[in-house]
Amino acid sequence: MNGFFDMPSDLQHTWLGLVGWHLQESLVPVLAGLLVALPVAQLCVRFNWLYPPVLWITTVLYAVPSLAFFVVLIDYTGQSQTTVMIPLALYSLVVLVPAIVDGVRSVPAETNAAAVAMGIGPVRRYLRVQLPIAVPAIFAGLRVATVSSISLVSVGALIGNQGALGNLLADAMFYHRPILAVSSVVTTAVLAILADALLVLARRLLTPWQPPGARAAARAARRGGRGAGRPSGGRPHSRDAGEGPAPALERVP
Amino acid sequence: MTPTHPATRTNPPRQDRGVFGALIVIEDVSKRYPDGTVAVDRLSLEVPDRSITVLVGPSGCGKTTTLRMINRMIEPSSGRILLDGADIQQQPVNALRRSMGYVIQNAGLFQHRTVIDNIATVPRLLGWHRQRARARAAELMERVGLDASMAKRYPYQLSGGQQQRVGVARALAADPPVLLMDEPFSAVDPVVRRGLQEELLRIQEELGKAILFVTHDIDEAIRLGDQVAVLRTGGRLAQFAPPDELLSSPADPFVADFLGADRGIRGLSFFTSAGLNLDPAPVVAVDATAKQMAKRVTPDVPYVLVTDVDGKPLGWAEPARWAEGGKTLTPYGQTFEFGRDSLRVALDCAVLSPTGWAVGVDRTGSVVGVASQESVATAIRAAHAERAVRARDAAAPGTGARGTGAPGTGARGTGARGAGPAGAARRGGAGGEAGGAPGSAAGAGAEAAQ
Repeated sequence: MNGFFDMPSDLQHTWLGLVGWHLQESLVPVLAGLLVALPVAQLCVRFNWLYPPVLWITTVLYAVPSLAFFVVLIDYTGQSQTTVMIPLALYSLVVLVPAIVDGVRSVPAETNAAAVAMGIGPVRRYLRVQLPIAVPAIFAGLRVATVSSISLVSVGALIGNQGALGNLLADAMFYHRPILAVSSVVTTAVLAILADALLVLARRLLTPWQPPGARAAARAARRGGRGAGRPSGGRPHSRDAGEGPAPALERVP
Repeated sequence: MTPTHPATRTNPPRQDRGVFGALIVIEDVSKRYPDGTVAVDRLSLEVPDRSITVLVGPSGCGKTTTLRMINRMIEPSSGRILLDGADIQQQPVNALRRSMGYVIQNAGLFQHRTVIDNIATVPRLLGWHRQRARARAAELMERVGLDASMAKRYPYQLSGGQQQRVGVARALAADPPVLLMDEPFSAVDPVVRRGLQEELLRIQEELGKAILFVTHDIDEAIRLGDQVAVLRTGGRLAQFAPPDELLSSPADPFVADFLGADRGIRGLSFFTSAGLNLDPAPVVAVDATAKQMAKRVTPDVPYVLVTDVDGKPLGWAEPARWAEGGKTLTPYGQTFEFGRDSLRVALDCAVLSPTGWAVGVDRTGSVVGVASQESVATAIRAAHAERAVRARDAAAPGTGARGTGAPGTGARGTGARGAGPAGAARRGGAGGEAGGAPGSAAGAGAEAAQ
């Protein structure tokens, strides 16, 4: 493992520094994506006709290569982190919007009816009833978006050392030090796994009301669904919660 | 004071609308959808305070639509609905809804909240302090028969029946005068449903709400309803009457068909067994001497009922063989509680009895006497005759339509439906005042016997 943690000086970062940078560059876009996705998804739930075009737009955005984004953005935001994070945030929408829409839609009709009948207004109903019940589905989406974002950050290396751990890949070539590439790949993978585990933990803490059987069922669904790239894993009740756009995990930077 | 039949109503009893007056008045309400479907067609109904009004009908008859128009989850196309004399259209919608408890099929609990927080929802919405709301919720858990240990559980940890109890408790939390129930018990198995129905009658006995209950199950309607509105497809009212009247004189073939078979037998639930002529003669204690025994036996009684020294039944014996020392007893089967159980229960006992005689017992289970199938039949004829007289009196000018409620309903309620004295009090029109429910356990027992 010699050299695994020794960073070339041109990166101006220690290994830990790169890890921190990488996390920031990958998680901020997911957070931004979530902030955009919540209201957009609510609009889609409210106005059904809006959902297909919104899905279409997010999918098209996802299909735009990051390089193309960089070419356009570099005129405005320069060779900066922002240039890397904007496309990442847009990519996360393809997972997050359907996750939230399906989550909110999966709230049982009688639960909604009961809430209405008890005189709970629409805003309160959304915040206190629908969103909490959608939490498992939202977290399923967040997990896919987070892992995918962590792996995608590396592409920032293309616009001049803006790829955090991805920069190591370039350096591995420049300096003929394959260990740097190993370091980059292994560290990124470990980060992704840790982030995923943290999200699972957070979801468990947030949803003590979920039957343990549902968790087992969700795990089974994930295991079966991973290969197909389904962002499933949240709610066993919502049969269609996992029917989001398929290629989320297939993307390579 | 029984609510008046809309057909015989001369004037909406506006100034009469006191404790037992109509709390909800539905006036000529229709619901048409833009595509032309008519869900409810010119419906007029009155839901009196302190009583259960059941809307029953096949699917697509607009019963749920009607219910949802009352808390304005659906707005009527025409007509108006009055709550306590005020048009509900004039009231702020969320305040209106909070003044009406709502129970739905599958309970519709908030799966992300504990039992106690589910129940405390409306009090919290009304701005109660958390502690007060929870204390109230705990009180209601007890009222609906939920153990306090369930307070911190989540809905997924409860059975269907328990969830529905939470649903009822949640609806009652803010003590609303009105309870709207939309097929609340149709998703649970028959045994649990029976228990929930019993519980609802008991709670109603204690709280005296104006309950509007929607179901597609006519038996449930007859069991629970003080009055039943049968709706036909297309949202038209087919008949609005107390359940016994529905069974004895359905307005048209649709209602008769909807009521199904055995109308006559089921109608017997509304006659008390008090009119039955019980024969105490063929009853002997187990320690009776042959001489005493012989005195009891008449040629037309091939069997005597042997009781223990306390008068509790042991079984049937053939007198001759008993006297010779052949102490074999034929099981006596089921018994009915004289005066509390209905004629239906008595008839059932007689039919099921190996000897063809029904055994009547008192509250303590001691034998009062026995009744043959023939004497049950006689009592049925007498009860029918009595009702015919009442109906004629009620129809006679001067007495007015309201008279229907007074003497007749008392008999109808006694022991009917196994609700015991609770049912009797409720039906007699004194529902509200009848405080606790002494003997509701006995009522449940009668239920089991039935």
